[in-house]
Amino acid sequence: MAESTLQRTPLYDLYAGHGAKTIDFGGWDLPVQFSGIKSEHEAVRTKAGLFDVSHMGEVFVEGKDSTAFLQKLMTNDVSKLVEGRAQYTIMCNEQGGTIDDLLIYKMSDDKYFLVVNAANTDKDVEWMKQHVEGDVTVTNVSDDYALLALQGPKAQEILARLTDEPLEEIKFFRFKDQVSIAGHQALISRTGYTGEDGFEIYASPESARVLWEEILKEGEKDGLVPAGLGARDTLRFEAGLPLYGQEMSDAISPLEAGLGFAVKVGKQDDFIGKEVLVRQKEEGVPRKLAGIRMIDKGIPRTGYAVYKGDEKIGEVTTGTQSPTLGANIGNILIGTEHAVLGDVVEVEVRKKRLKAEIVETPFYKRAKS
Amino acid sequence: MSTPTELRYSEEHEWVKTEDGKARIGITHFAQAELGDIVFVELPEVGDEIKADEPFGSVESVKTVSELYAPISGTVVEVNEDLEDSPEFVNESPYEKAWMVVVEPSDSSEIDKLMSAEQYDQMTQG
Repeated sequence: MAESTLQRTPLYDLYAGHGAKTIDFGGWDLPVQFSGIKSEHEAVRTKAGLFDVSHMGEVFVEGKDSTAFLQKLMTNDVSKLVEGRAQYTIMCNEQGGTIDDLLIYKMSDDKYFLVVNAANTDKDVEWMKQHVEGDVTVTNVSDDYALLALQGPKAQEILARLTDEPLEEIKFFRFKDQVSIAGHQALISRTGYTGEDGFEIYASPESARVLWEEILKEGEKDGLVPAGLGARDTLRFEAGLPLYGQEMSDAISPLEAGLGFAVKVGKQDDFIGKEVLVRQKEEGVPRKLAGIRMIDKGIPRTGYAVYKGDEKIGEVTTGTQSPTLGANIGNILIGTEHAVLGDVVEVEVRKKRLKAEIVETPFYKRAKS
Repeated sequence: MSTPTELRYSEEHEWVKTEDGKARIGITHFAQAELGDIVFVELPEVGDEIKADEPFGSVESVKTVSELYAPISGTVVEVNEDLEDSPEFVNESPYEKAWMVVVEPSDSSEIDKLMSAEQYDQMTQG
């Protein structure tokens, strides 16, 4: 059995007690669901959910030339990042394709904490090490960190009961290191991948095991549930957050994926992929990500072909039945000339061409509180 | 949920209920639990021929698409239209409300080759 070769997070043996069903997610044996994808999804939108995302990769970049190094590798402007804040960025190859999307936490001028996609960790670290110049050390510390994501409108209320830290001071995309939660040290940031308010909690594997149980117990009366990667995927998709390997890849540029906000071609320093990205900004991108809502009955799925008349114009990158909207929706990557709001395209679902309308994204936006 | 003893079962997790020479077909409790929340069911039309061990439709959960494999061959004489608007019946009531099709079997000996409830339980619990 391939079972024995799958990687496990430090929380693996705690899943069963919460009714998890695990499956292979890119080489990791992770919980796809606990009580059910739809109920977990709804809990996160209306109350709160706790995810184990310890499979994510963590990397330290240290040394006095760290900022210059990251400026060269990242499309976002790392020089604008101040201590205590996090930034979403893309790391591109020379062709402008996406090596990974990641978060950079600035600990100090010569120390950054990077959080990368699990399946890309080795590739990213190798790429970074190949491009080291000056006083820079790149260290993969993924095994030292477990990661819990507490997400949903009740997240702050629940976490506040387990810490003396004034959480309201940790604003969106800010973080605080060495916070004590239920007696355990953690780095916490107001970030997430669900479209809801919430926190990501980085702790040692031992501490994370305790925090998982403590947080779930504390939040039970607020409707907090353990949530799996199935709900994480539907939540992020509705909220317009891209997934590496679907909306992004080595062959898809961040501009094609609609991530222009994280591509600062005007920043002071040159960066890898800049030439192609500048050209795409000036001349327009050849392909573009668009949202669709099915008109005919059927669900678009990753890889399904998209047609306009007889012409194949692209593919579905993500699709599902939206738990929040109840509608069958998808993201499609198509020739830019076809990405016109209100136009009707066809998705090939098991040899049948089904009509879909191009609609605005994100499909879901949290009401501002 | 116990496996109904009056039904026969295929290795692909379909059940078959014989009624006046016709066969009612659905998927098992075990199958729905494995699939998770069912959000879409695609079925053949009345008059279509289905063939044993070949796909005759599909069920989709939030995350995946799974084909339905015909446990026996025959002609579709009835289709459960309720599943179009209420695919959740597959999770809630796999042996009753979520029957999928009724077929006129072309070879009734195929039904005899299917598993009993006991054999099916052994397969899924083994």
